[in-house]
Amino acid sequence: MDNSKILSLNGVRTYFELKRWGFMHAGYVRAVDGVSFDLARGEAVTIVGESGSGKTTLLRTILGLAKITDGEMIFGGRNLDYNNSRDLTWLRWQVGFVQQDPYGATAPFMSVHRILSEPLIVNKVPKIEREQRIREALDEVRLIPVDDFLHKYPHMLSGGQQQRLVVARALLLRPMLIVADEPVSMLDASVRVEVLELMGKIQETHNLGVIYITHDLSSVRYFSQRAFVMYAAKLVEKADVNEIVNNPQHPYTQVLLNAIPDPEPENVGKFKEIPSGEPPSLIKPPPGCRFHPRCTRKIDGLCDTEEPPEFEPRPNHFVECWLYKDGDRAA
Amino acid sequence: MIGMRRRKQAVAERGRSPDRTEGPGLKVEDLTLYFRSTAGVVQAVEGVSFELVRGRSLTIIGESGCGKTSLARAILRLLPKNVHTYRGRVFLNGVDVMKFGDERFRKDVRWTRMSMVSQAAMNALTPVVKVGYQVAEPLMLDHVGKKEAYRKAREVFNLVGVPEAFMDRYAFELSGGMRQRAILAMALITDPDIVILDEPTSALDVLTQANIMNTLKKIKQDLGLSFMLITHDIATSSELADEGICMYAGQLVEHSDGQRFYREPLHPYSQKLMASVPTLHIEKKPEFIPGQPPSLINPPTGCRFAARCHRRFERCDEEPPLFEHGEETVKCWLYETG
Repeated sequence: MDNSKILSLNGVRTYFELKRWGFMHAGYVRAVDGVSFDLARGEAVTIVGESGSGKTTLLRTILGLAKITDGEMIFGGRNLDYNNSRDLTWLRWQVGFVQQDPYGATAPFMSVHRILSEPLIVNKVPKIEREQRIREALDEVRLIPVDDFLHKYPHMLSGGQQQRLVVARALLLRPMLIVADEPVSMLDASVRVEVLELMGKIQETHNLGVIYITHDLSSVRYFSQRAFVMYAAKLVEKADVNEIVNNPQHPYTQVLLNAIPDPEPENVGKFKEIPSGEPPSLIKPPPGCRFHPRCTRKIDGLCDTEEPPEFEPRPNHFVECWLYKDGDRAA
Repeated sequence: MIGMRRRKQAVAERGRSPDRTEGPGLKVEDLTLYFRSTAGVVQAVEGVSFELVRGRSLTIIGESGCGKTSLARAILRLLPKNVHTYRGRVFLNGVDVMKFGDERFRKDVRWTRMSMVSQAAMNALTPVVKVGYQVAEPLMLDHVGKKEAYRKAREVFNLVGVPEAFMDRYAFELSGGMRQRAILAMALITDPDIVILDEPTSALDVLTQANIMNTLKKIKQDLGLSFMLITHDIATSSELADEGICMYAGQLVEHSDGQRFYREPLHPYSQKLMASVPTLHIEKKPEFIPGQPPSLINPPTGCRFAARCHRRFERCDEEPPLFEHGEETVKCWLYETG
């Protein structure tokens, strides 16, 4: 195995069982359905998708909060067994989590010092070391002077500061990987970039892997190297961020990018082409390609019956779409 | 009975009024709204003045806590209990509606002339009443018969792109986008001149958001009404705005035409705010604004943005008035000479 890889997912599936009357099996919610990717040390990737596409479940799977139904996840060279609690404890030690809503993610009755002590106490870090680690982490997220912040409570901090506190907490145990679920969606435009820049800097200094989950590609475009597009529990397109933005291949990615506006006064007169319909149910996904009911370029007899495998129409650009079955770029 | 018939007629006529893009619209003069709080008086909206011609659409942008929503509530007189000061003048089609008593304002202005789609509108529908009834309700309260109200409701459902069959459903049976559209239908059913949209799309997905923006544009074209879009999502706001207002710490700092507003804003704060918006299609690294907005309980005496401003000079210790700069107004000493 390549040593630079810290995380590999191979055909990971996470299903939730549905029950009727509490005991009868009534199908599955296929929240993550066959996801594979590798993440190298020091690399940041973004997973873009709409709500309900399964991106949060994917993240919970990586965090060890949801059990893998099928497939394997190799983290730091270990093939994780989700039934082994020691594996899971180790995994959670190694992965830091940055939540979406910083205020909801911190206990309002705990001071900053207490919030940051908690993970260290739980993970039995000796008391002498704790204080130093807390100060280091606060210093790293620029909550300085540290002494001013240690005894504050979350409500005394601004939104940006709260989010930086959450980043500090994620860093405390010196993880190899940080996963961030919409880290800036609750923040004002003026401080979003500050938090993202900070995370980028931390990623560089510690050579961490970072996974961002978002529905807003524009805000993380400058802070990650690769982007994965998720639609109905599958990663339909994987490529470098600039490649995705400039040469989107999957029809879904194309409409998604087309729908994101730039602040331009010309937008006023323009109508956008948006596919009708809504993302499919994950309990009974449509046969074949999951986007075909909404796709304008579907091939009858193929897209609606067979699931597309992964094609590579351009170097390092992977697309799950039948349009690229001949290997070349479809016009 | 006579009063009822008259109102019915008035409502019917309003719907038929031929050309609504002509004539005046909304004019706000020196609108001020303070709240009492345990920590002191919060100066949420401070001396805001602007004019909006009917048929044009306006966006109000600013960071959270800058008074955008309070401004909308002050215009619609939807006030909480802890109001400390509420003054200024609001002209609607040339009539000073601030002089109206609460009852008259409720009957003749709120929802009949101006309506609002409030924040988190996704959760604004009651789960126990069918959506169609909820949308038709404002008309029925306006003493329009049930049949007529439902007919009009069907009309607005078509207008906002919700299938008529959905009128018989409950709110939880609708997707987020559909719920948002139903709320919009509720705001449109009385044929208002102005609809205030407070963060109408922030809880929605990108594709749904783009779909709703398309619908709003179409409604704006077809009905010729004015939208006032309050948002912190600047990129989305550019889809609807003919002109823009930027607010900072309770004050209006810039009011410009859309072209200038998004391309070369005048006020240093608007400039910084525009620079902080990440763009997808154009390559441009976004910047952030250092520092934090001032507290509205004890705001600084001079220009409120001075502490964070990159172009600050001595004059900024005094509060700048609103300067005219061509068509635009801007609250900054840099534009003193005009």
